[in-house]
Parts: sequence; C-alpha cells; structure tokens
Amino acid sequence: MSSNLYDFSTLTSSIHEWLSGFMSAGWVVFTELVLIGLLFLLFFALLGLFLVYLERKVCAIMQNRVGPNRVGKWGLLQTIADLIKLLIKELIPIRKSDKFLFNLAPFIVIIASLMAMAALPFAKGLQAIDFNIGVFYIMAVSSLGVVGILLAGWASNSKYSIIGAMRSGAQIVSYELSVGLSLMAIVIFSGSMQLSTIIESQANGWWIFKGHIPAFIAFVVFLVASTAEINRGPFDLAEAESELTAGFHTEYSGIKFAFFFLAEYINMFIVAALAATIFLGGWMPFHIGSWEGFNHIMDFVPPIVWFFLKTFFIIYIIMWFKWTFPRLRIDQLLTLEWKYLLPISLVNIVFIAFLVLMGWHF
Amino acid sequence: MSEEIIKDVIIGENEEYIINMGPQHPSTHGVLRFEVCLQGETVKYLIPHIGYIHRGIEKMCEAITYPQIIHLTDRMDYLSAHINNEAVCLCVENALQIEVPERVKYIRTILAELNRIASHQLWWSAFGMDLGALTTFFYGLRDREKILDIFEESFGSRLLHSFIMPGGLMHDVHPNFQKRIKEFIAYFRKKLPEYDQLLTGNIIFQNRSKGIGLMSRETAIAYGVTGPSGRGSGWSCDIRKIAPYSAYDKVQFNEMLETEGDTFARYKVRMREMWESMNILEQLVDNIPEGDYTAKMKPIIKLPVGEYFQRVETARGELAVYIVSDGNKTPYRIKFRTPNFSNLFVMNKITSGYKIADLVAVSGSLDLVIPDIDR
Repeated sequence: MSSNLYDFSTLTSSIHEWLSGFMSAGWVVFTELVLIGLLFLLFFALLGLFLVYLERKVCAIMQNRVGPNRVGKWGLLQTIADLIKLLIKELIPIRKSDKFLFNLAPFIVIIASLMAMAALPFAKGLQAIDFNIGVFYIMAVSSLGVVGILLAGWASNSKYSIIGAMRSGAQIVSYELSVGLSLMAIVIFSGSMQLSTIIESQANGWWIFKGHIPAFIAFVVFLVASTAEINRGPFDLAEAESELTAGFHTEYSGIKFAFFFLAEYINMFIVAALAATIFLGGWMPFHIGSWEGFNHIMDFVPPIVWFFLKTFFIIYIIMWFKWTFPRLRIDQLLTLEWKYLLPISLVNIVFIAFLVLMGWHF
Repeated sequence: MSEEIIKDVIIGENEEYIINMGPQHPSTHGVLRFEVCLQGETVKYLIPHIGYIHRGIEKMCEAITYPQIIHLTDRMDYLSAHINNEAVCLCVENALQIEVPERVKYIRTILAELNRIASHQLWWSAFGMDLGALTTFFYGLRDREKILDIFEESFGSRLLHSFIMPGGLMHDVHPNFQKRIKEFIAYFRKKLPEYDQLLTGNIIFQNRSKGIGLMSRETAIAYGVTGPSGRGSGWSCDIRKIAPYSAYDKVQFNEMLETEGDTFARYKVRMREMWESMNILEQLVDNIPEGDYTAKMKPIIKLPVGEYFQRVETARGELAVYIVSDGNKTPYRIKFRTPNFSNLFVMNKITSGYKIADLVAVSGSLDLVIPDIDR
C-alpha cells in the first residue's frame, strides 16, 4: 500500500498524459527531454554546492574545527559565495597550451558525470532512463571522465599537470576492473543488469545481507576501488597537492577549475549512489525478517529519503577515508589493485557464481 | 601543436624530465627550490638551490652588539627560537667567564625542552600533510597552542621570544609558569597516544615511510646530519649528552637512537623525543631554585680578544656558534653552523632512486626549516 503511495511513476505518467493531450508524440518526447535535462542541471548544481559544504563540515569535524560558519546560518551560504567567486574569476590563458583541448577537457569530465547520473534510480519510478544494461552503462560513461583528465594534463603543457594526468590514467584504468568485477558479483546474484530489477530483488533484504560474505567482500572492494576511481584521498595521487601542487588541474582557473571540482564531487555522489543501489537496496526501506510492525513503520519513510540516507552514509565513509588516511604512492597504488583487489574480486566472483548455481543464497 | 608540447615537456635524450620543486611549493615548507631530475616518476638526482631567504644574518651580526644578536638568532630556526638564543648567550657567558645563577640554568633548560616539543609537534603536523594525511596538521597545532600559551604568558611572544639574554633572562617568568607546564605535561601525555593512533599505526603510513630514504650511519657522519635525523641512522650525536650545557647534567634522560636509518626511523626518534622531553620537564619543573633571573652584567658587553665556540642541540640538530672577538662591543666575525644546512645536502644522496612522492616524505622527515639554511 505505502509503496504505491510513494510511487513516482503515477506522477510521471500523469505528466506524460497531460502533455500528450495537446502535443504530438514527438513534441512530448522533446519537452520531456528538456524538462529532465533542466531538472538534472538544477539538481547537479545544488548537489555540488551541498557536497562541497558537507565535505568542509565533515573535514572540520575530523580535524577538531568548526568549519564554515560565517556566511549564512551555519555557513550554509559559504559554498554559494565560493561559487560566485569562481564564476567572476579571471580565466588565465596558458601560453603554449593546446587551446582547444585545454578548453574541451573540463566539459568532457563534467559531461561524463552528467551522463552517469541519468541512469540512477532516485526512487521508485524516479529514474530518467531505466536501461536493461544500467550497471554496464554507468560503468561505461563514468570511465569517460579519464579522457578529460588526460586531456587536461596534456593540453596544459605543464610538467606537474602531465605527471598528475598520467598517474590518473594508470589509476583509473586499473581500478575500473575491480569496480566492474565487484558490481558483477551482485549482477550474478540478482540475475539482471537493470538497476530497477536489482532493486526489486532486494525487497526482502539487501544484497549486502543476503549475499553472505562474498557480497560483503564485493562491497568493500567496490568502496576501495571506486574511491580510487574518483581520484579521492587516500588515492588522490592525480592531485597530490603536497607533491604535484594540484596535479592535472594546476593550470586551470575560474569556472573551468570549478568544473573539475564539481565533477569530482558529482562522481563521488554517483559512486555512493551506485553502492547504495547495488549493495544497500537503493530506495528499498530497511526491513528485518518478520518484524511486521517495524517493517511497516519503515515503509512509511519515503523511498527517496531512504536513497539519500544510504547515499550520504557512503559519502560520509568516503570522506572519512580522505581526512584520516595518508596518500599512497603510485607503485603501492598499482600493487594494491593488481596484486590484491583484482585477484580477490576474481576469486570472489567465481565463488558467487558457484553459490548461485547451487542455490545457496536467500 | 602536440609536437611542440612534447619538445617543451621532455628534456634530454634519455627522456629525463626536470622539474623545479619550489621556491613556492607546498612540500618544501618555505622558499627552497629542488631541481629534480625525473625518469618517469623516479628521481634520478636532485640539486637543492638555496638562498631565497638569505638575509645576511652573520654579516649583520658584525655591526650590532651581543644582546642585539640574540634577536637575529630567533629568525634563523624560528621553531627553536629559545635554543638559538641560548647558543649565543652561552658562548658570550663562556667568553666572559660568567657563572649564571642556577635558576637561570633550570629555566633555560625547561624552555629549550618546551621549544623542542613544540617544534616536534609542528614537524609531526607538517609531515602528515606531506604524506597526504591532512588531519594531522590540526591535531599537532592544537597541542602546540598550549605550549605557545605558556610562552605568551611569560614573555608576551609566541614564536620569536628573544627571552634569553647574555647573563640570564630578560625578566623573571610568570608566577603561573610551573603550574602551566605541569598542566601541559598532564594534557600532552594523554594526547600523544592520539598521534600514534592517527598516523604511526596506519598501514599506508608505514608502507610510505619504511625503507624510504635510507641513510647509513656513515652517510650521516659524512654529511654531518645531526639531530633526530642523524640519530635515526644510529649516530649518537646528541649534544645534550656529549657536552652537557645548562641543566642537562642534572637530569636523567636517554638519547633516542634508531638504527634503521629510514624515514620511519627518523619519525620514531622524534616521537620518542617528545616523550623524553616531557620526562626532562618533569624532573626540572618542581626543582627550579629560587634566585636572581640574571647574573650581574656590565651595561656594555665587550668580549675579550679571542675565539669562542659553543654548540647546543636544537630540535633539528647541532647548532654551533663561533665568535671571533677583537675586544669591541661587536663581534669581529660570527659564524653559525646551522643544523638544517647540513641536513639539507644529504637529500640528493638519500632520495635518488626513489619515487617523487618519497622525495616529499624524506624532505619532511629531515624537518627542514628554510630560514635556518639560508640565514
């Protein structure tokens, strides 16, 4: 009953019918695309601002500080002030840089993260496109960002930038494997790559609980590997401010820098949302076995709240990593992937396939 | 366009890649420049370029009187300001053959040890930052603040004190001095284990620092690497033990030695020195004798003709002061043997062959203070 109450598909289909009432089919699709695009851009900007604020507050908690608290109530307007500063800042042209690629790079990075956002299920029926290869699609587009980072490093014509970009290239290409394999673990469990189906399969329990230890291993591998994939500490070698000053975006200023900055935070959100969707049941409420009363109360919390709770929980963990761990060295980073995470995920996936074949999971 | 970029970026036939770390770079802790030759990520060799903050302190000293020189020594190793002051004062007192009151000796030793703890706290903070653990900075500075408060209460200044004068102290310490130090020791004994929890035990940190920047005992002696950096290589070079000055002959303490000679060994030496400094403080703080805060001094200090030498152990190593006097109120020539100058030049020897990230870790573990190098 209550899950129908919060079903967004009734709302979306009523909008669709209302639009169809006075438009031809082609125009309806066009209008919907524009609407969704605008909504995403708005969400993107607000999310970016909020995540930067959140990071600064979380970091402050970790470091015995108060964090931003001057602009607006609890410093809530601080990031908006920062954004305005970035917008009106001069874009410094770099002599001897490859102008076209230099300007193109931030857009590639940000478009890659925008595209990944399209397939995320925020709540029941609140999903722009429900691909039957949703997991695969997100994996594919989120790895496009590395092209932008490599271009940024190359086109800047700066020594620090190119070291940062090369590190980032090696890192993302390697860790992509572990991310993919750990997601594949749950794809085997649920038997589908469609994100909505994966979520439906968790109605009676999240995969991290249902999937025994292998699912938990896959979750941990995913968390580590995806932190590396989005270039965040302790794997932020591409930026490594104590070694490379700012890595691949050393030469960028103003709004172009803001694009990299924003893309980093949006990528963090995407990774966290993916982890929440695949391992923690997405927008499914938290249920415990046969506690009917408890489950019923949980059902009253809207799915979108569940989704964001889980996502921000993962985001908090990723931030916690960043502010407490030292940075790895490039060879240690690659060792961790190729000698530990990849073999573990490979064995894990074979084990899961075996579990599923024998029907030993819930 | 892209061919031009390749030519600009890659220099030399063997695909050597020369980058300048500094003079404005987050990991050099000041205006120091390393000309680093890289092959891929591996450091082939490194040339330190110094002098960006050269102020000619030694030359300036030739024109000013001895009490005025004190104020310039603060500006060398600003993190061991008390100890630098003490070095010149001891040298002048030895030349004049003045016996300073016991109270002065005790207070000077306490100040030196407090200064050493404060310096090591800041080193720990910055070292963590070099390795990418940004939270250490705030932990270290939080505790350093307590020491600076003690300093502020007694001398009114927090960083550059110029409190120790030839013959004694500038004035007596604040009545709260002993109480505040005891409070600090109780506080810091609880907080120091947090440092280990946050950084020392971390597996990433250990992997980053163990076996990196290996410096043998022979290398340390050959390059004159003193202080905790030298003791991390097993070289017993603590001036407090070898040639005790002030009240160091009245306290029981151990010289911290590690034999591995890597970055982690230097780290451990400094961490243990903080504990040991607290032990020294505890032995001294309750036993400060009553008495004058200064010996009787002539209004104008003139050193007899001759050469005078004094060395002390700062937080970074051996600081030696060499004064040549021609009997005037200003020195004929003064020379400071600063620890960081010697410690810096071992960098090339101990970083070649390691990765660029290790270079940052090693330079952090040597705990360089750039104004002390350039003087």
